[in-house]
Formats: sequence, structure tokens, C-alpha cells
Amino acid sequence: MTFVERTIGGLSKGMSFAALADDSARADGALQCVDPRVKLIGMLAMIVSVAVTHSLLTIAGVFLVGLSLGIASRISPLDLSRWVWSPVLLFSGFIALPAIFITPGAPIHAGWPITQQGLRTASFLLLRAEAAVTLSTLLVLTTRWAHILKALRVIRVPVVFVVILGMTYRYLFLILETALDMFESRASRTVGVLEPADRRRLATATVGVLLSKSYHLSNDVHLAMQSRGFRGEVYLLDDFEIQLSDWAWLMCFFAVATIVIWMGR
Amino acid sequence: MHIPDGYLSPTTCAALYASSTPFWYLSLQKMKRRLNTQAVPLLSVFAAFSFVIMMFNLPLPGGTTGHAVGVGIATIVLGPWGSILAISVALIIQAIFFGDGGITAIGANCFNMAIVGSLVSYAVYRLIAGNAAIESARRVIAASIAGYCAINASALLASIEFGIQPRFFHDASGSPLYAPYPLHIAIPAMMIGHLTVAGLAEMVVSGGVVAYLQRAEPALLKATAPGASIIGEAKSGTKPLWIALAVLLIFTPLGILAAGAAWGEWVPSDFSTPRARQQIAAASGNQAPPIEAPSGLKRLSSVWTAPMPRYAPPILKSERLGYILSAMVGTGLIVLCFLIGARVFRS
Repeated sequence: MTFVERTIGGLSKGMSFAALADDSARADGALQCVDPRVKLIGMLAMIVSVAVTHSLLTIAGVFLVGLSLGIASRISPLDLSRWVWSPVLLFSGFIALPAIFITPGAPIHAGWPITQQGLRTASFLLLRAEAAVTLSTLLVLTTRWAHILKALRVIRVPVVFVVILGMTYRYLFLILETALDMFESRASRTVGVLEPADRRRLATATVGVLLSKSYHLSNDVHLAMQSRGFRGEVYLLDDFEIQLSDWAWLMCFFAVATIVIWMGR
Repeated sequence: MHIPDGYLSPTTCAALYASSTPFWYLSLQKMKRRLNTQAVPLLSVFAAFSFVIMMFNLPLPGGTTGHAVGVGIATIVLGPWGSILAISVALIIQAIFFGDGGITAIGANCFNMAIVGSLVSYAVYRLIAGNAAIESARRVIAASIAGYCAINASALLASIEFGIQPRFFHDASGSPLYAPYPLHIAIPAMMIGHLTVAGLAEMVVSGGVVAYLQRAEPALLKATAPGASIIGEAKSGTKPLWIALAVLLIFTPLGILAAGAAWGEWVPSDFSTPRARQQIAAASGNQAPPIEAPSGLKRLSSVWTAPMPRYAPPILKSERLGYILSAMVGTGLIVLCFLIGARVFRS
């Protein structure tokens, strides 16, 4: 039953992160008080600057800015390390490692197989991935999902797309929980080890049942929406109000992004 | 295959965002036109379903496990346009909320997995499944191959995107600024994993779920099977074929009217019968046959004696009845073999 346990572990992890994000978005920290639209544009600007810059030092600087913002927003570096930095380090590190040796260039020391260019390219890959994911995680951990979605309208994402994203997120947890229940009930009924063919049959049947349930759920949701007057037109209640402090934050975000791009030309 | 931030240059990311946008727009318009008010809840719930499927650990042949994207099954149930949107929404939530795939690479990930994956999956599935009945085993095979091809086409595209980075984007010292491996390394590195583990995961989930839906909810497979009959309808669909078969059985004695002998279908006794010898010579361009039957033919023809030799069972005097009976027995045996084969394959 290893695959069932692993799947249960993966699903539970996803739900734990969502719970952490929801709690942290309600906390009283620096970024939590900023207008979601300002945060979205600011973080996007910094992520783009990280992608554009050609300087390792400036990427490291953005990473430190992200870390400081996290601390100021009551997000523990330990949580960031557990949820973000370690998985990225593991994944990108695994990909970047051979580049240190196989990228053509001058060796860092006579006789060593590591090249300066290899070390530099591996650092780019790792630092960029860490800095960008830290910024996007900060956005999610300091903003409620519904507010992020509303803020997407600022960058001209169509309303219907925003509504689909919002509904997907809502039903995601219902389907996650259904899947979790199905696997847990199966695990509690199973004695011994399943044959490989039975394991595959169980996994595909679970996906099939989930698909069938999802389809019926979408029909129920559709009927519920129609009974409440839904005729295909979607609207969002835009109730954000931008403060003077939000303008200051926006200036800061843009200033950091501009400096990063300018220094890393 | 979820490309993180920092692996692709801003130029590549922008190009792939621009390439994805018309597909998103077209898909949304097509889905809204087809489903009207149902489009929003259907796409939302299916995007959530696709997201959850990506988290499943699937047991694969060989004892390993892998993750599927679910693009094969999403295409088969929703059609290519619905699948493009559902998988894209799932990928966007993964990138923004869970950090799985970069925000700057959303366009690239959606283009590779949602757009190309869905279109390849649809083309392969329709090509192989044809107009086969909904409950046909051919649809299971088609779904498996469609899922496998889709995920590998996506992986190939991703590896090409990685592989062109060091050629076009490097600094003055020659250090690649983004993904560091050239095409000759990036393509095999990506494809080995996808041709084996990830491809198999997608194959198992696509084929397995279609096999499950054939038994449990065949109506969900109708969206991409326009000419196919559904369980129950399939039986009435073959009725004309059974009638045609019965008519052919009745007309089988027509074979007796045919003049001469079929070339090469001789028995040893034909070589000593004057009438049969004449027929052999006539069928062989007036070449006289040997006086005696060849020794090999004599020896091997006695190895097996058919229960109904020359379509004439020994118990029947009438040649016509013997022909009809032989046709019925032969056809019955063929149908029986197929029924047994189908049951074995389905179980």
C-alpha cells in the first residue's frame, strides 16, 4: 500500500499548505496590510526583474529583500525553508549540479573539473528559482486567495477566467478531501500487500470515481447557480481602496525592480 | 515537467505567453458557445479534478511510481478546448499557490502541457479510436497511446525550450544565463524520463480511467466519440450485419455451381482420377499433372482428417445441406472465438 500512503501524504501536504496560507494571510504583518493589487503588481515586477537581470549579486539582493519582507510579515524563515527553499534547492540543485562540470570554460583551479562558467550558470539557475519562488510564496502567504483573484483584474485577466480560477480553488479542496477519504477508507480496509496489477487497478478506478463525482458535482453546481439567477454573465465586487501607504509600497517595489534591472544590464 | 522561474529567458517566456493567449481565447469562446451557462462550473470543477490527479502517486509496471498530468483523460472527457482550459487553470493555481512551476513560465507550461498536450492527445485518440463503439477495447488502447504521446510531445517541446537557452542567452564570459544544457543534452535528459516513467503514468491513467468509465459511466466518453454507439445501442447497431451473415449462409450452396477446381487445393486421390486430372491440367495452363500424387502430399495429407471434409459431413447425403451446415458451423466457431477473446481481454 505504499502508493496509497504516499498519495495520502501528498494530498495532506497540499491541504496543510493551504491552511498555513490562510492563517498567515490573516496575521497582522507588514505585507498583509498592503493593497492586494499593489502587492500583485509589485511582486510581479520583482519576479520579472529577477528573470531579466544578468547579475548574481542583484538576484541575491532580491532574495534578501524577500526574506526581510517575510520576517516583517510574521512568516517564519523555518516555514519558508520547509515549504519553499528546500524543495527548490533539491530540484534545481539536482538539475544545476552537472552544469558545474560540463559547461565549457576556464577551470576555477588548475586541474579541477569545475569551470567558472559552470559555477556561474548553476548559481544563476539556483538563485533565480529561489528568489522568484520566495516572492510568489510571499504573495500567497500574505494575501487571501479571493483577493489575489480580484487583483488579477488589474493586469486585465478576463473576468470569466478570474471566476473559473476562484471556483476551481474552492472545489479543489472538496475534491482533495474526497480523494483523501477514498484512499484512507481503502487503506483501512486492506490487509496485506496488493499485487502490482491490483494497485494499478485501484489507482485508475479511484481516478475514474473521482472524475465521475466531479462531473456530477459540476452539474449540481450549475443547477445551483442557475437557480440563483446565473445567466452566463459574471461580475466581481471590486471593493479595494488604495491608501497613501499603498502608493509608497508600490514605489518601493518598482524602485527595487528598477535597480535590479539597471544594475544587472 | 513544470518549468520553474529562472529556467527560460524573459524573451522565451513572453513568446510562449503570446502563443498561448489565442488558444485560451479560442477555447473559452468555443466552450461558452457549446455549454453556455454550464461552461464556468464544468471547467472549474474539472480544473480542480485535474489538479488533484497531478498529486496522485500512480503505481507503474516495474515497481516504480509516477505522477500523471491527466491531459489524456481530460481531453477525452471534455474535448480538446475544454481540456486546454481545465489543465491551464490547474497549472496556474499550481504555479501561483503552490510554487510548482514558475510564474514567468506559466505561458510555457500551459503551452507545452495544456495546449500541445490536449491537441496531440485529441488527434491520436480520434485517429486510433475511429468510430469504434464506446465500450470497445480499441478506445482503451487509443486513450493509453494518446496519453503517452501527449506527455512525450509536451516533454519534447519543453526540452527544446531548455535546449535553445544556452545558444541564445549567455553573458560575455559564455556562461549560460538560464537553462544551461544545449539541445543534445536537454532532449535525451528530458525524454528518457518521459518515455519511461512519466509516459507510463499518463498511459496507465488514461487507459485505466477510460476502461473504468466504459463500465461505470460510458456517457462521459461521448464528447470525443461523435460517431460511436453507446452500450445497448451497440447491439442494435450490429443487427444488419447479423442479417447479412444469415443471408450469406443460405446462399453458400452457390459454391457448388462453380465450374472446375481451385488451383492447388488437390487431394492425393485427384491424381489418379481421370476427371480430376483433366481439371488440374486445365487449371495449370494445360500442363499434365504427375502420374502419382507427390510423396510429400501423400504423407502430410494423412496427418489430419477434418471432421467435415470438403464441406460435406459424412452423415448428410445432400451436398447443399452439407454446405449450409458447414457454413453455420464455421461461422459459429469464429464468433465463439471472438466472444471468448473479448471476455478474456475485458477481464
